[in-house]
Amino acid sequence: MRGAINIMRRELTGYFATPVAYVFLVIFLVMTGIFTFYLGSFYERGIADLDPFFRFHPWLYLFLVPAISMRLWAEERHSGTIELLFTLPLTSVDAVLGKFLAAWLFIGLALLLTIPLWITVNYLGSPDNGVILAGYLGSWLMAGGFLAIGSCMSALTRNQVVAFILGVVVCFLFLLSGLPMVMNLFKGWAPQLVLDGIAGLSFFKHFADISKGVIDLRDLIYFALVVGFWLFANVLVLEIKKAE
Amino acid sequence: MIEAKSLCKRYGSFTAVNNLSFTVEAGQVLGFLGPNGAGKSTTMKMLTGFLRPTSGTALVNGIDVAEDSVAARMHIGYLPEGAPSYGEMTVRQFLAFIARARLIGSREVAGSVDKAIDKLNLSAVSQQPIETLSKGFKRRVGLAQAIIHDPQILILDEPTDGLDPNQKHEVRHLIQDMAHDKIIIISTHILEEVEAVCNRVMIIADGKLLADDTPHGLIAHSRYHRSVSMVVEGAERVASVLSELPEVAKAELRDGELTLFPAAESGLFEAITNAITDNQWEVSALRLEAGRLDEVFRSITRVEAAS
Repeated sequence: MRGAINIMRRELTGYFATPVAYVFLVIFLVMTGIFTFYLGSFYERGIADLDPFFRFHPWLYLFLVPAISMRLWAEERHSGTIELLFTLPLTSVDAVLGKFLAAWLFIGLALLLTIPLWITVNYLGSPDNGVILAGYLGSWLMAGGFLAIGSCMSALTRNQVVAFILGVVVCFLFLLSGLPMVMNLFKGWAPQLVLDGIAGLSFFKHFADISKGVIDLRDLIYFALVVGFWLFANVLVLEIKKAE
Repeated sequence: MIEAKSLCKRYGSFTAVNNLSFTVEAGQVLGFLGPNGAGKSTTMKMLTGFLRPTSGTALVNGIDVAEDSVAARMHIGYLPEGAPSYGEMTVRQFLAFIARARLIGSREVAGSVDKAIDKLNLSAVSQQPIETLSKGFKRRVGLAQAIIHDPQILILDEPTDGLDPNQKHEVRHLIQDMAHDKIIIISTHILEEVEAVCNRVMIIADGKLLADDTPHGLIAHSRYHRSVSMVVEGAERVASVLSELPEVAKAELRDGELTLFPAAESGLFEAITNAITDNQWEVSALRLEAGRLDEVFRSITRVEAAS
């Protein structure tokens, strides 16, 4: 664990030593603003809640999270530092966890910077702050899911652009799996168990459940499993391919 | 102690390292010498636990590197080829990261960073991001991270590549200073480096071990070993006279320099100096050759390539 924390510290210093962190934070805030106020009709609805803010998070993350995760391993491979990293006395699990935690905390920071929005709804009306808190939690957990996928995709290649595209595609599949247009493809011929399974994979459904304010253990387990599965795959990919 | 037992590394049908076995003891500075692509770096990657051997084992102080890689890595300081580092970090940040990863207690981190910065003369650039540094400084940062935990075993892949002659000299000094109680393995294709710092040389080509000897032992294989070279007026005439001597096996004239090869173990130099005084030749240069490492290197690696 000490190894993971050390890696996490290094990664975070790395973010803020380059423009990556600042560019990401600014774009994240501008995009959430556009989505909330224009597409989400924040004022016109006349309801004091953050639903228009959270509703677009899955789409925002679809592109912004792979932008963060694409460099995680591809850059190590490209610059040769992967050899330095994996000859230090720490395990692949430490390295994968450390990098994941750093990126996840960083996205958490981006979310925290949207707090003025929360203050605004409280000024305009009296929202259910429990639901908003749950929304933040759900959004952060979902970001973790996207991030674990992106990190694993980044380990597959030394090219960051390839890592980005792979990340977006796999995240997109995970998002889509619960939407009616995908479900309609399977309806009618696939057994109900398979339908439930496919629908249950979707980030949408679990995020929607949590952001309604219902923190169900099943949703938490779902995100924990998604993150766990992809990080485990990440470790395997590194073990098999680290020297290539 | 490092023990390699029949190390092999294959990538598909390509064999990078082929059945390599050797033992290195404390106090030895071992030079891996070989053409590019000979398997030097691959061998080092297996010793440091980065690559898993296809077959065979590597033991570091008795620990099987493939079995308990993390424990084995604790004993090793490693400079990978090209001295990679995290360019966006400052020298000090980077070294502190390595020190913490090397499990140096958090109170001692600053002290060991200072020591490493001092040893490699990095204090002037310690607050600069590594990516802004020159190649020579980057290489020294790589060396600093390799020695920061005072490891018993140092594995350095081309440690002086990209350094200017003064910096090369400093790095060789550093290696010699640390050599007495450590195991140091360096890879290089610079022959003078082997003569300057190593007390043991292994020549590797196509993944195979072709020679394992001291630098002196290798040089003795040179056909120039104990030969005498001279620059003299009327070299052709001198050559024909000297060829008659029983001590001279052969005379060769090349680029105005006359080289005489010995017929026996000793006596050539005396015989030639006597002939010079007797005949009153005008000699402007005269030397006894120890041998030429580059010539030995070429003959060993070329024979292999031809067969």
